[in-house]
Amino acid sequence: MTAPLDAAEPAVQAAGPAGRDEERPSGHGTLRYALSKAGGALFSIAMVIVGTFFVFRLLPGDPVRNLAQGRNMTPAQLDLERHRLGLDKPLIDQFVDFVGATLRLDLGTSYEYKRPVLDLIGERFGPTLLLAGTGLIIAVSLGIWQGTRAGWRRGSRFDRFSTGLSLVLWSVPTFWLGLLLLMVFGVGIGPIPGLFPTRGIESVDAPDGFAYLLDVGMHMVLPCLTLVAVVYAQYLLVMRSSLLEEVGQDYVTTARAKGLRDDEVRRRHAVPNALLPTVTLVFMRIGFVVGGAVTVETIYSWPGLGQLFYEAVRVPDFTLMQGTFMLITVSVIIMNTLADVVYHWLDPRVRSA
Amino acid sequence: MTSVAWDRRKLALGRFWSDFRRQRAGMAGLVVLAVAVVLALIAPLFIDENVTSVVTGTGARWAPPSLDEPFGTDESGRSILLMAWWGSRTSLLIGFLAALLSIVIGMVVGIAAGHFRGWAGAALMRVTDWFLVLPSLVTALVLAAILGGSTFTIIVAIGVTTWPSTARLIRAQTLSVEARPYIERSKALGGGHWHITTRHVLPNVAPLLLASTTLEVASAIVTESTLAFLGASANKTSWGTMLRGSYDYGAATEGAWWYILIPGLCILAVVMAFTVAGRALEAVLNPRLRKAGA
Repeated sequence: MTAPLDAAEPAVQAAGPAGRDEERPSGHGTLRYALSKAGGALFSIAMVIVGTFFVFRLLPGDPVRNLAQGRNMTPAQLDLERHRLGLDKPLIDQFVDFVGATLRLDLGTSYEYKRPVLDLIGERFGPTLLLAGTGLIIAVSLGIWQGTRAGWRRGSRFDRFSTGLSLVLWSVPTFWLGLLLLMVFGVGIGPIPGLFPTRGIESVDAPDGFAYLLDVGMHMVLPCLTLVAVVYAQYLLVMRSSLLEEVGQDYVTTARAKGLRDDEVRRRHAVPNALLPTVTLVFMRIGFVVGGAVTVETIYSWPGLGQLFYEAVRVPDFTLMQGTFMLITVSVIIMNTLADVVYHWLDPRVRSA
Repeated sequence: MTSVAWDRRKLALGRFWSDFRRQRAGMAGLVVLAVAVVLALIAPLFIDENVTSVVTGTGARWAPPSLDEPFGTDESGRSILLMAWWGSRTSLLIGFLAALLSIVIGMVVGIAAGHFRGWAGAALMRVTDWFLVLPSLVTALVLAAILGGSTFTIIVAIGVTTWPSTARLIRAQTLSVEARPYIERSKALGGGHWHITTRHVLPNVAPLLLASTTLEVASAIVTESTLAFLGASANKTSWGTMLRGSYDYGAATEGAWWYILIPGLCILAVVMAFTVAGRALEAVLNPRLRKAGA
């Protein structure tokens, strides 16, 4: 979207089926659209909270005993615990309490860590943002670049290689790729020594200042590589196919007929239009990235939200699991809604439809 | 009336098969699949569950591939080859059944959402969109953890979290089918909801369903292995639980590359076979795609 559209060539509108460009200057429609989408998102979030409450009450057996995990407790202790957790109240009261607490961002206390879930999440948020953010930026840039090259020269060797590669990467389970990278580059195999650290975000004796950043960077190489490899294939494929859609359009022929260089036609006309579906997809599929992050963080013991969630599932620590699940889901819903609104704002074709 | 329709369908099926046979990658995928499925089915004739038992491991621990143990052994001397063979049964079973569940839910919701206009269809789409944004792996993991890890609950967890994309696809197709004049004719002749959806819409969306089932099995196998790796396993040996074992017992540090490589390659081969077969199906069924060569 950095490439400005030629004023004489309203490429976007020319490609639109209806071409109702008179609505373009007013932001009114977008605002209304944003409000309705925000309403929908709020509804979805409410459903997540309600759904979480009921799913976590579906737990087979006594929740208190589940929490206690077979530790010996006297009936009196069990009753006390039940009372403390509010489990002796009717279901409807429990529901009201749960919703109220969630809205106040009180996600309860982790049984495993004996600390508020929200604090734990707060600590783990940074590393996840760092890892997933870096991975996403690399994956998106790489996917768009490679997809553009592949789609622009369809059928070329580069194209066939890229499509084949993305098919393989698409089929590879994230965690297996992580294990392989861990074995080859982390532990080392045969003549290759272990090049990168494989556990955590920093060394035990982490130095200060710039050296510290370098240390974190080294720890990030393998997790980031795994995440990128798995995620970027789909961006590549979508960028490629949406560029293919554009290549046949009239405005591209016009641009060529004007005598623009091939490179210019691609960069200033075709790519900006093909970018829109791709960028939207990036945000629409953010849930997929989140799934990848859980796996990658688990393998490389990255101290982020994904690992926290994984630990909660392993223990199992239901309060923590419930809290992280809600947080992850709500973030994904918000991202999706934002993408929807931004797409609507950027692309007049959607607006006129 | 039915016989005319059936003759036409048989003809279309024949044409479809000859088109499909021209897709080289698709045929290769189909052959790999057939081999994998047959191997999984005949496994009980040669081996039994004992190959996965830690007490009956016959080989040395961490034995590298050799003539006796073509793919080496694991931390308790079990043969990787036999475990991967036996494990294919769980992986494929869960893959197929989870995909089936997902497709059936997606089909019913999709056809209903496309057929019933008005608030019912809108409500169904709302629900679909809601499920679509949920991060499916995270949700499946929660469900598997809560319901406990049996083969059945893993299937349910995968099926329940992956149907929305099928539902959207089928709804779009249903809408386009129902816009055709013969549906109006059928309605005029007194065809009810059941008649129209099962006799007219379903046969028209069936080819699409086939293609998306194939792709769905591929992703269900990946999801199953990921869930198993993340610890929500069915307690049965599958490729995912084998990889979990390789991680738990530090196969990477032991240099036991075969323990990590073999189950993963099994997953990769089967999943790629399903993916290329599914894409070939799509290409045959969708002339627009065929032209674009995507």
